[in-house]
Amino acid sequence: MSILLTNISKNFGRFAALHNVSLEIPEGELVALLGPSGCGKTTLLRIIAGLDQPDSGRVNLNGEDKTDQHVSDRGIGFVFQHYALFRHMTVFDNVAFGLRVKPKNLRPSEADISKKVHTLLDLVQLDWLHDRFPDQLSGGQRQRIALARALAVEPNVLLLDEPFGALDASVRKDLRQWLRHLHHDLNVTSIFVTHDQEEAMEVASRIVVLNQGNIEQQGSPSDIYDHPANAFVSRFIGQTNIFDLQQEDSFWLKNSGLPVPQQTSKVAHVRPHDIELSKILTEGSAQAVLKDWQHLGALIRIELLKQEPNGSFTTIYAEMPNEQFKQLQVNNGDTVSVRIRNAHWFH
Amino acid sequence: MNALSHPAAKQRYALTDPFWVRWGLITTALLFIAMFLCLPLGIVLIEAFSKGWQAYNAALMQPDTLSALRLTMLTAAVTVPLNTVFGVAAAWAITRFEFPGKSLLTTLIDLPFSVSPVISGLIFVLMFGAQGWFGEWLIAHDIKIIFAVPGIILATLFITFPFVARELIPLMQEMGSEEEEAALSLGATGWQMFSQITLPNIKWALLYGVLLCNARAMGEFGAVSVVSGHIRGLTNTLPLHVEVSYNEYDFVAAFASASILAGLAIVTLILKSLLEWKQGKH
Repeated sequence: MSILLTNISKNFGRFAALHNVSLEIPEGELVALLGPSGCGKTTLLRIIAGLDQPDSGRVNLNGEDKTDQHVSDRGIGFVFQHYALFRHMTVFDNVAFGLRVKPKNLRPSEADISKKVHTLLDLVQLDWLHDRFPDQLSGGQRQRIALARALAVEPNVLLLDEPFGALDASVRKDLRQWLRHLHHDLNVTSIFVTHDQEEAMEVASRIVVLNQGNIEQQGSPSDIYDHPANAFVSRFIGQTNIFDLQQEDSFWLKNSGLPVPQQTSKVAHVRPHDIELSKILTEGSAQAVLKDWQHLGALIRIELLKQEPNGSFTTIYAEMPNEQFKQLQVNNGDTVSVRIRNAHWFH
Repeated sequence: MNALSHPAAKQRYALTDPFWVRWGLITTALLFIAMFLCLPLGIVLIEAFSKGWQAYNAALMQPDTLSALRLTMLTAAVTVPLNTVFGVAAAWAITRFEFPGKSLLTTLIDLPFSVSPVISGLIFVLMFGAQGWFGEWLIAHDIKIIFAVPGIILATLFITFPFVARELIPLMQEMGSEEEEAALSLGATGWQMFSQITLPNIKWALLYGVLLCNARAMGEFGAVSVVSGHIRGLTNTLPLHVEVSYNEYDFVAAFASASILAGLAIVTLILKSLLEWKQGKH
């Protein structure tokens, strides 16, 4: 089901959570609403679900205006951040709930309900836990039960609020992949909220970046990473070194091989992997001192200190593959020359 | 008041005092309980049976005692369900909605606890008594509230209305509303949400509140005393009957009635401990 939001605004007292947000999500996508905390992403998700009402604007699901429809009639599945499993019910009863509360004429028989619940529990690979209570499950298991419960009513849209927020790092990694595969199999339009850009990049087919109640950019993960629309997106997605031409970085940047535009009001954002280092120091090369480096697995992160004309130092981060760093044979305190391959320019 | 408090699971070494401090405190506490709780209760029973089992029985079978018992039961039977409904509604409103005057309502719920019961009774006399605001109108329409059963019920309602709400509000605040929202998002109606999700989650606290409410409804003296008028066989509740009998030097009747109230209190305590134990398990 496609989702169309037009001019959604929402205020909480004097705090404006969303300003005039418009967004179109085609059918079958797996979308991440990404932004820092307080940016309005959860509010937007709750408005789509009908758990909150927008102050103005319309919510269209599949071409139908659902703005004034109650949450229980919207045909959405919602997975809450802390799972919100019914603590007094077994896993089985939790998943069966949505089927059992259907009006009599639409309610499946107990036998059909039982069959469906076990199918769903198989889908989330937890059928063996069907007679447990929520407080006997681990976080990852609760998350998957919450998902099975939401799927039981065959929602047209699946909405997930910070689905991996409360999990251990290793469980989170597995569940991300699992959610992506599940979405691939079910193909139900899904939106999840996250503040973790890595998670958004890894799971989503489309990312919507929100900040202070506005959409900053939307597009595929590679679009957003390679072509950030503004300084906020560039800073928020991935790590970025920021060079301000007004702060006399211009000369240094030219020496690093980066074409520098004429207007001096611009700011250059440079990804750590767009920085090359060399031990060969020539006249007129951009130089920096290697302060420290960290092992990030396949990559090495290098901290460089660049001396400013006024004598202070700024830190620059570079990243390169393990092998390449070994070949470079540099030690802490060495002076290296810096080449910058690429930069994004913002005002 | 908090039914969820648990005793410390195990003794902490650093908090353990020397032997004489520990046993000194324990002895003091036990002596105090014995003197001020167990002794009076024992005296009630000894005095009630001082003239033997038959005198006790006869005292209880007096028409006035029976009528007082009936009135007490009636009062509890009316006020407890009403205050249960009110308590759930108030707790729901306070924990689930934002509305102007919310903090005022939260404060007002505690009013009956902070006002002396005699004043509470007097409020009703001033409102519905012969010289009260609605007095003339009530007389004109031949409706009796003060010195009659409706007054006793009103005063008891006023006195006991915080109990259920006070138990539920902290619990419902702590639980949050995510489970209820989840139920709605799964297609449940408002009533299905309340009966299948909210109620099971609050049931032990609700029962606990009802129990306390009931204990107070049966035991209330001050407010009821002001509005009742002490008409024997008509407007005397059990606590008032105890006082009237005692003042008339009918000690066996007084202590026999008191023993019923004491018995109710003990049953209440046992049920309360059971509920706390149940709640602790969940």
